[in-house]
Amino acid sequence: MSKQYQFKLVLLGESAVGKSSLVLRFVKDQFDDYRESTIGAAFLTQTVTLDDQSTVKFEIWDTAGQERYKSLAPMYYRNANCAVVVYDITQTSSLEKARTWIRELQRQADPSIVIALCGNKTDLSARRQVSQEEARKYAEEEGLMWGETSAKTGEGVSEIFTAIAKKLPLTAPQASRAGSSARPAAGRAGVDLSQQSTPQAGGDQCNC
Amino acid sequence: MDEVYDVIVLGTGLTECILSGLLSVAGKKVLHMDRNDYYGADSASLNLTQLYRKFRSGQEPPADLGRDRDYAVDLIPKFIIASGELTKILVHTDVTRYLEFKQIAGSFVYRDGRISKVPSTELEAVKSPLMGIFEKRRAKKFFEFLQGWKDDDPATHQGLDLDKDTMKKVYEHFGLEPGTQDFIGHAMALYLDDDYITKPARPTYDRVVLYTSSMSRYGKSPYIYPLYGLGELPQSFARLSAIYGGTYMLDKPIDEIVTDSAGLFVGVTSGGETVKAKQVIGDPSYFGAGKEAEGGKVRVVEESKVVRAICFLKHPIPGTENSDSVQIIIPQNQVNRRNDIYIAMVSSTHNVCAKDVYIAIVSTIVETDKPELEIVAGLNLLGPIQEKFVSITSLYAPTADGRSDNIFITRSYDATSHFETVVDDVHDVYKRVTGETLVVKKREVEVQE
Repeated sequence: MSKQYQFKLVLLGESAVGKSSLVLRFVKDQFDDYRESTIGAAFLTQTVTLDDQSTVKFEIWDTAGQERYKSLAPMYYRNANCAVVVYDITQTSSLEKARTWIRELQRQADPSIVIALCGNKTDLSARRQVSQEEARKYAEEEGLMWGETSAKTGEGVSEIFTAIAKKLPLTAPQASRAGSSARPAAGRAGVDLSQQSTPQAGGDQCNC
Repeated sequence: MDEVYDVIVLGTGLTECILSGLLSVAGKKVLHMDRNDYYGADSASLNLTQLYRKFRSGQEPPADLGRDRDYAVDLIPKFIIASGELTKILVHTDVTRYLEFKQIAGSFVYRDGRISKVPSTELEAVKSPLMGIFEKRRAKKFFEFLQGWKDDDPATHQGLDLDKDTMKKVYEHFGLEPGTQDFIGHAMALYLDDDYITKPARPTYDRVVLYTSSMSRYGKSPYIYPLYGLGELPQSFARLSAIYGGTYMLDKPIDEIVTDSAGLFVGVTSGGETVKAKQVIGDPSYFGAGKEAEGGKVRVVEESKVVRAICFLKHPIPGTENSDSVQIIIPQNQVNRRNDIYIAMVSSTHNVCAKDVYIAIVSTIVETDKPELEIVAGLNLLGPIQEKFVSITSLYAPTADGRSDNIFITRSYDATSHFETVVDDVHDVYKRVTGETLVVKKREVEVQE
């Protein structure tokens, strides 16, 4: 049987660079021109199948807007295996912001985290402010993966996620990678709150 | 900041974050602010840098404690009762998807100069050194009575009425010794003092049933604990709120709570800007706690003080079977006090400190003008202490219910060893803010594949 892996992927980047749109394209192959800030989705999942038929399931965490006023909780970075730091190729300032997020990741996240720098909105390349050379050079200096995407047309989107999947250290099946996922799953050491209690004979329920 | 919100929430403590999450889910437009640059307020878990900044200003953490980021030191010592109300809210809101829990390995009680495991099963009770052989039989009859109690079956009542008869009468009915009463009332019903004895027995019955059902849920102790510390709890509810549109601003000093000429809430001023909302909810520190009353309006009063000593150990607590986490209760009668002393200990198993470090918090309600001396009986049980951070915290309660001025103030985190009173406060504030009773049940889970 082919192997399955699960990883937590966090999105970072300035507001309005297209983080949510990127994920929506990757997960549902949809795009919405007038997308409001993310509401209601705790996280999305999408699976990538690699050449050797092993599958990598991404559990993708969106910032839910908490990045806007430097209020992203440490929980967000906790046990993240990979991060996509998004900038808008038509906004130089958004690359500056991406650099800040990358420094934050290097400070807060696990040192083994795989980071991809992603220049979004290539459909607007007529208004390009950030050159490919500049971004690629920076990514190389920092040891990051790099790619450009358009959430609107879908260009480069699956490529960047697949590249991340290939780069992740597929050393152990997910079941034994305690802590790399945020959801209770079989084989984890913790306790599952949702499970029904196993009542003793007699008064099993709290009736208060 | 020129938008108008339904509710502004001040302080990111657990109470405020649960409320913020619930209100956002209910469709309210919420702005949540905190003066600190971290989540959790008084219920935060701090890394070493933050801990030293708070308690040892200007001093660097010693290098032998290990990496800063490995630490998440709780400011308030509380555990989650497995079958309690907080668990219900965690499941109801689905924030469990952001959290991982572990059991607390053991629950101990101090008696006659030594500590013993609180029996979790009848078998353990029979082996326990806490009771003599005859007392064990009496205690067994008492527990069988509790387990067998059915409200609508008088045959199970043995002539007792839980709603009318006092706990004293129930204890006397079974002929239980004072030491056993201490154990039942304090280690199982988790009362902090003996006031419950002269009150109707029902709440004590409910608490013992809660304890035993929690105990049976996972086995080792009635408590569970989130990996990476209690500070994960407010963060998870803050994320819930944000996902439902809540706006978060940390590191925002609050300059003023603005009211109109009739005293009604208008908005909050921060950094010279005023944000308006219909209602405000906040912890007591945003409403004059610990300060001189401004303009004659006293919004919070001090009810009591708690002394807490956060202790770093390099070993498990002696006599606890090398448990990686424990609660130890020292009932007040055992040390001639009015209030119990609690010890709560967690360790690297819970991802809250470096390997081979154990963090124990000793706490009690202050009764004298020398609070630190009041916890000595607890400190003495710990063995050698590497580092000790002592704080004396005032517990505040609001003077008004907020219905007349739209200012809703939460209560400080009390000295109880669990979160049940925090959830009581959540229910209470929620009802006053929305006019509706919070119904905690399992929502339909939105599975996104």
